[in-house]
Amino acid sequence: MQGLYAVFKKELCDHFSSYRFVILFALIAMVSLITSYMAGVHMQGNLEALAKTKFPFLMLFSAPGAMFSMVQFVAFFGPLIGLVLGFDSINRERAHGTLIKLITQPIYRDSVINGKFIAGVATISIMLLAILLVISGFGLAIIGLVPGIEEIWRLFIYLIISICYISLWLAVSILFSISFRSIATSALASVALWIFLSFFISLGADLVANAVAPIDEKENTQAEIVIKNVRTKEMISLVSPMVLYSEATATIIDPMRKTTSSVVMMGPMEELLSARFQSPLSLGQSVMVVFPHMMALLAITLICFAVSYIMFMVQEIRT
Amino acid sequence: MVTDTIIEAIDLGKTYRKQTAVNGLNFQVKKGEVFGFLGPNGAGKTTTLLMLLGLSRPSRGMAKVCGMDPSRHAREVKTRVGYLPENVGFYGDLDAIQSLEYVADLNGISHDEALDKIRELLDLTGLDRDANKKVGNFSRGMKQRLGIAEVLIKDPEVLFLDEPTIGLDPDGAMRLMEIIQSLNKDKNITVLLSSHNLHQVQKISNRVGIMIKGSMVAEGSIETLAHEKFGVDEKEYSLEEIYMKYFQEV
Repeated sequence: MQGLYAVFKKELCDHFSSYRFVILFALIAMVSLITSYMAGVHMQGNLEALAKTKFPFLMLFSAPGAMFSMVQFVAFFGPLIGLVLGFDSINRERAHGTLIKLITQPIYRDSVINGKFIAGVATISIMLLAILLVISGFGLAIIGLVPGIEEIWRLFIYLIISICYISLWLAVSILFSISFRSIATSALASVALWIFLSFFISLGADLVANAVAPIDEKENTQAEIVIKNVRTKEMISLVSPMVLYSEATATIIDPMRKTTSSVVMMGPMEELLSARFQSPLSLGQSVMVVFPHMMALLAITLICFAVSYIMFMVQEIRT
Repeated sequence: MVTDTIIEAIDLGKTYRKQTAVNGLNFQVKKGEVFGFLGPNGAGKTTTLLMLLGLSRPSRGMAKVCGMDPSRHAREVKTRVGYLPENVGFYGDLDAIQSLEYVADLNGISHDEALDKIRELLDLTGLDRDANKKVGNFSRGMKQRLGIAEVLIKDPEVLFLDEPTIGLDPDGAMRLMEIIQSLNKDKNITVLLSSHNLHQVQKISNRVGIMIKGSMVAEGSIETLAHEKFGVDEKEYSLEEIYMKYFQEV
């Protein structure tokens, strides 16, 4: 354990004193604050409408300020934090000849990789918690809203899912930093994977869905084909952690959302329910809806970390 | 006495895929000795050192360091053995004291204890005036001496030094050798010294081993080897001549 704590301490210290983390942190904190502030100002102007909603405090996070809400912004750019924290964690030490020094100390070899991963997760947690608290403070000050117990719980769950989501990208980048010797390659590879899974997967999903179940716009397509098309699209986009995360957090932050699937996919009862009964879902029910998403995110994170752990343990380190 | 032997290799071998890096080594190093570990580049010296440290698993045979098998008790062996790799690296943004603190932390030495020790080691290695300089600005000689200080912080019984004087100016190399010699004499630390600088090895080592193409072709004190090769007992033959003779024969 002594080694794990020493590595953890060193890495945490490095993260918080590195320029690139500070710059990214400043960027994300600033944009989150601005979006939430704009959402808050907007809400201030519509206090009447606000009185009717059940969980106004959460709207600070979910209402789009300028172009996107704070939740959407974290879904888009949160991964960058994870990537920046991890892409050179192992291969930089290898290039500088400090890795051999680390593992010739009387510590278990896994202390090195565990310490690095835990320090990254701690950094991410501190960052997200800080942003969340500042925005909450904003909300208290601007619109004079006090969050209820359920809202606090929902924010807490949102925080946990977000930490998991960004840690997933941390694990991916650590994996690349073990498998590629060159720092530039591992940085490029992790950014490429992030861009592909976050932005291009929807194009691919469209392509595949139209091939599997083509929808002809001129003729009336059968309902089954439309459903098949949408289902294929949804299934493929679930490969993207961003889709998993967005669906999960949107349902947690917005209690009025009762399902993660789109309108086309709703059954008749579901449609009726969502149209007739404008009552929010209870916290337990919201969690139940997104439980598979949460588990999937956690599982991908752990698998990525497990693969890098094994690779690191069996590698022969000479420099 | 049996306990006299501190490092022992028994038919130690390492094969990478089809290439044999180390081919059945047998040798012993006694406690308190300086053992010169010689051989051309790529002879398998570093691989042998890694196996003795438990960082690389031998394909055959076994090693004993401080009475333990390093591939099974790697952590215990690493608490007693300090290893200075050939191109030791540092975190450039830390200063000398911070680097030593980190290594002390990894060794589980308490902070107060470490600070006294660090002062002492900086004095020993002549770095006391550069203690607060960033390691990134250190010269190569200073880095090597800092490397020595880092491996000494855990009070090792054995030191493995892999080419410690490579790339150093004559003065720097001499200072490093003096430090190594004093460690051996004053603290009774056993030293396994791999080097190409035969002149210096001859000066400080009790015995040498010559390794060529994965095999130990000669082992013993310099006088014995001279006797074996040239048939004379006198010390007039330098280690360089002996080494070249062995090298040409292989």
